[in-house]
Amino acid sequence: MSGILVIVEQRAGRIARISLEAIAAAQRLGKQVDFPVTAAIVGSETESLAKEAAAQPVSKVVRVEHPLLARYTSDGFTLALQQLIQSESPAYVVFPHTYQVRDYAPALAARLGRVLISDVVAIEGGPVFTRQLMQGRLNGNYRSTGGGPCFVSVQAGAFRAEAAGTAAAALSTFTPTIDAAQIRTKPGEPFRGSSQTVDLGSAQLIVSVGRGIKEAENIPMIQELATALGAELAASRPICDNGWLPMERQVGSSGQTVSPKLYLAVGISGAIQHLVGMKGSQCVVAINKDADAPIFEIADYGIVGDLFDVVPALTEAVKAAKQ
Amino acid sequence: MKIIVAIKQVPERDAQIRIGGSGKWIEESDLQYALNESDAYALEEALQLKEKHGGEVVVLSAGPERVGQTIREALAKGADRAIQIECDDVAARDALGVARLLAEAVKPEAADLLLTGLQSEDLGLGQTGVILAELLGLPHASLILHVEKTDAGLTVKRELEEGWFQSTELPMPAVLTIQSGGNKLRYATLMGIKRAKTKEVRRVTASELGVNAMPVVQLEQVTMPKKQKSTQILSGSPKEAAAALVEKLKFEARIL
Repeated sequence: MSGILVIVEQRAGRIARISLEAIAAAQRLGKQVDFPVTAAIVGSETESLAKEAAAQPVSKVVRVEHPLLARYTSDGFTLALQQLIQSESPAYVVFPHTYQVRDYAPALAARLGRVLISDVVAIEGGPVFTRQLMQGRLNGNYRSTGGGPCFVSVQAGAFRAEAAGTAAAALSTFTPTIDAAQIRTKPGEPFRGSSQTVDLGSAQLIVSVGRGIKEAENIPMIQELATALGAELAASRPICDNGWLPMERQVGSSGQTVSPKLYLAVGISGAIQHLVGMKGSQCVVAINKDADAPIFEIADYGIVGDLFDVVPALTEAVKAAKQ
Repeated sequence: MKIIVAIKQVPERDAQIRIGGSGKWIEESDLQYALNESDAYALEEALQLKEKHGGEVVVLSAGPERVGQTIREALAKGADRAIQIECDDVAARDALGVARLLAEAVKPEAADLLLTGLQSEDLGLGQTGVILAELLGLPHASLILHVEKTDAGLTVKRELEEGWFQSTELPMPAVLTIQSGGNKLRYATLMGIKRAKTKEVRRVTASELGVNAMPVVQLEQVTMPKKQKSTQILSGSPKEAAAALVEKLKFEARIL
């Protein structure tokens, strides 16, 4: 058992950013344990992606090719990667922590008697893998024990992707044995939800509301602040789950990714699923009654207090400043 | 349709978190507990499927004594009966260890459908349902918002990233992990709470299930996260803090 295998995914025909970050994490781990990194691409027509991967800081690129891998299925990917892992016997397998990885990597690890250390944000000597617990309020340091490969998935934005070099890694193809009958699920073509009429991605100012608002009846108070600022209104997932604001106003991993000049988070604790959607904001302001809320870890300005007192006062202050 | 819903009891969302004496987990003594949110949506989906197609909803949970409270709440909302896996060291087991407990407990039930939330609010591993499917040899689909029973099995609506969805067909029996927001959650009625007291809760211990606690990955230490930015906290009355914030946004951040 030696070497590090990193699983690379595509988006719109290119290697997805989070996969480049996974390569960077694999590199970091490789330097610690002194193992080379092999990138694997799973699919049916992976030639151009493999070329792109070969320019990354990896020593080998393996195309895991099979017509039955053209469309993602948990069964197909699990079978293919189980065979690749048995053939390569890597000491570590690194994944980007995407919705797709979450769907099959736990099963793949379990099939080999192992456990995926999911959503890792840091890798230190040992190696020790850090992941977030309690909705980002606590960090946990994990270590893999016993024999067999160690499976790790890395969180979006946690590792800095390096610029592609010119070094060309060796390319090879691995053909797994898969029978159509082994694939039990039938996936349909991905589709967009309701037509998106709100483009939060281009908004300069955003006021975003979370669980702290307590009831739908209190949303207009936040709208008033947004209007005073000339900002778009957005929300964290629970608000949209409850139907208090339409889904298209949701910021986070399952909603829109935004990077405005100002992101004013009201009553949002800052679970990671929300933070990944707004971390790129220039200036983050948080209003929350809990001084320990994770949102304050990334805020430039904070007011610790009851939003029902602070928001009306802020609306008045903004109006006065604009006069 | 016999549906099993695996639920988890987790610390309440706004609970004050303190690191426990061992440094390996949080101090549990003064915590309040609640039903994990996406598990509540899994339970709701199960209850609605039962209302449409008939059958039985069985809730399943592993943990110490206190888990009984959350099980009663699920029974009060309408689940028919429960299986409680008594296990005091559930926090020391890894995702595979916990899934093994659940798998052994549900095997004799031969359910048509197993549901669970996609992720817990405390550990956030998001793996239990997928591993459970693997251990039981069943097909699965994750991040599910909507479930429809068809002649051939199930058609489910999966959530993908950034506002994309996918419709997937799979045969039964199957395991689904449920995303929050697909349904409106119900509250327990007074009648439901009363009835819950008489519903069957089958108790089984981890050792009776023959699952050892040897973990493959270990949580060695927990720490408080470091701040990534130095936050300027604006204090004073709401009016003073608001005025100070407007000043900062105007003259320091130059946004207003």
